[in-house]
Amino acid sequence: MIAYVLRRVLATIPVMLVVAVFVFLMLRLSPADPAAIIAGDSATTEQVAEIRSRLGLDQPILSQFVIWFGKLARGDLGESFFFKKSIVELIGERIEPTLSLAFVTIVLAVAIAIPLGVLAAYRQGSWVDRIVMGFSVLGFSVPVFVIGYLLIYLFAIKLGWLPVQGYQRIAQGVGGWLERLILPALTLSVIYVALVARMTRTSLLEVLSEDYIRTARAKGQIELKVLFRHALKNAAVPIVTVVGLGVALLIGGVVVTESVYTIPGLGRLTVDAVLARDYPVIQAVILLFSFVYVLINLLIDLSYTLFDPRIRY
Amino acid sequence: MSAQAPSSFVASAAAGRGALRLATRNSGVVIGGLIVLAMIAIAILAPFLGTVDPTEINPALRNKLPGAERTIRLDDGTTRSSTFIMGSDSLGRDVYSRVLYGARISLVIGASVALLSVAGGLAIGMIAGYFRWADAVVMRIMDGLMAIPAILLAIALVSLSRAGLLAVIVAITIPEIPRVVRLVRSIVLSVREEPYVEAAVTAGTSVPLLLWRHVLPNTIAPLIVQGTFICASAILVEAILSFLGIGIPTSTPTWGNIMAEGRQFFRIFPHNIFFPGVFLALTVLAINMLGDGLRDALDPKMAKRV
Repeated sequence: MIAYVLRRVLATIPVMLVVAVFVFLMLRLSPADPAAIIAGDSATTEQVAEIRSRLGLDQPILSQFVIWFGKLARGDLGESFFFKKSIVELIGERIEPTLSLAFVTIVLAVAIAIPLGVLAAYRQGSWVDRIVMGFSVLGFSVPVFVIGYLLIYLFAIKLGWLPVQGYQRIAQGVGGWLERLILPALTLSVIYVALVARMTRTSLLEVLSEDYIRTARAKGQIELKVLFRHALKNAAVPIVTVVGLGVALLIGGVVVTESVYTIPGLGRLTVDAVLARDYPVIQAVILLFSFVYVLINLLIDLSYTLFDPRIRY
Repeated sequence: MSAQAPSSFVASAAAGRGALRLATRNSGVVIGGLIVLAMIAIAILAPFLGTVDPTEINPALRNKLPGAERTIRLDDGTTRSSTFIMGSDSLGRDVYSRVLYGARISLVIGASVALLSVAGGLAIGMIAGYFRWADAVVMRIMDGLMAIPAILLAIALVSLSRAGLLAVIVAITIPEIPRVVRLVRSIVLSVREEPYVEAAVTAGTSVPLLLWRHVLPNTIAPLIVQGTFICASAILVEAILSFLGIGIPTSTPTWGNIMAEGRQFFRIFPHNIFFPGVFLALTVLAINMLGDGLRDALDPKMAKRV
């Protein structure tokens, strides 16, 4: 077990290293000169040269990498051009809204998706199943921002039940915080629900044909317990896996959702950084999001023994 | 050998017809395919469908609601009345014309990203699957690329060059490649174990011929399915990039750009977001249905798994 955990943790190191090298090379191998793009069209050659030296682009590529990676290892992500402050500080300011949004979304999505998936599998081929599967295909096809504006139009503008946009820090009251997060989280959860419900249905269908399900029914176990205690528990591993892989979709969705609802989080920061060509910030955000994604999937891999004690490493 | 070639060609043509017959029996393929064909027709015929110049700015006709009338002065001095079927945007451009022309960009991007990522993934995947020395290195790089959430990677890549069609296509293609590589590699690995491939190796078939004749045909069906899904996702990602203001230059009519423009006055004029949104969702939905149907028809094993 410990050997497996160690092996699995070590396996993430080359992955993160490739991400770091890629993020580093991105700027250096770009077809256009990033310094010239930052400087803008009206910049003089001197200004471009100055930006190039501030980015460290005038040094040999290997020494650039060593310097950059050394700083990274010490937790120094550099300084933002646009916001004129350290990126670590910047991320610290922006992380709360994003974490809140992600948390509420995952809770909401799992709470909706798993019962839907179970129901669809239980009534396979019925109209419930068709609706769930239809919704799932639809969820993959409608872009996040269209869903967002649809919900804003319906619940905030027409019905006036919820605030249109904005974010309130959790320290200023949980009520206002949650109220402003419901629509964005609902928006973001659509694609996630589609993904998880579909996987729950598939995984459960496989389990429901097992002998022990028949046995459970034969001994007179009530259907609800058959479904949730016997079937869902055994179907859990693929579902949990897809919840982890879906985090990638979630991260992409966060960028868009925060723009739609003007939430000052990391997603909004990413877009602002791209618009301002603030490359150090773009690099930092990619590293951070990828790290979180890899970490979550590592934890999920390690959690399999909890869901299925038969899995031994 | 020469006697064999025609017979295998006939066999594969028959298999192709069989697959086609199987596919057209699937309702998803038929409905999705018809909608996609309709969108392609709209994109090609956009100039003849009662549209005006989609980039023409007219300050006097800003923010008209759908159904509003306007008069157009023709070159010979006469006037003609026409309707803003989908209203106009905040610069007075006709949204109907912009949505119809927008289909062109979306479809071109969907098709080119699908083709490029399948071609790139096929080449890299075959190399990784067949040559052991390349496998470890290539797959580590692919694992690393897949650790970066796709949309984020695309956003970062477009920021590196000045926005344009080619830059957007490349930026959307790169995150898609690793998934194709994985698929192709796994097919190559399983095909390698087949007795007929071992026999071909023993008979001294050269590696390129082996890959071409025995490995490639096995990848076609899964890649058609994968390519269809990539096409759908590429259209979505392009719309997201344009919507965020970092994709195709804003003057070009794309569905994402029309919606980005509509954000400002969304509360009063939601049609600027909803009309292109419906077209976008319908197109992506149709392509996804096509993909699901093709998967069921072409690849029964894969259909059972997902």
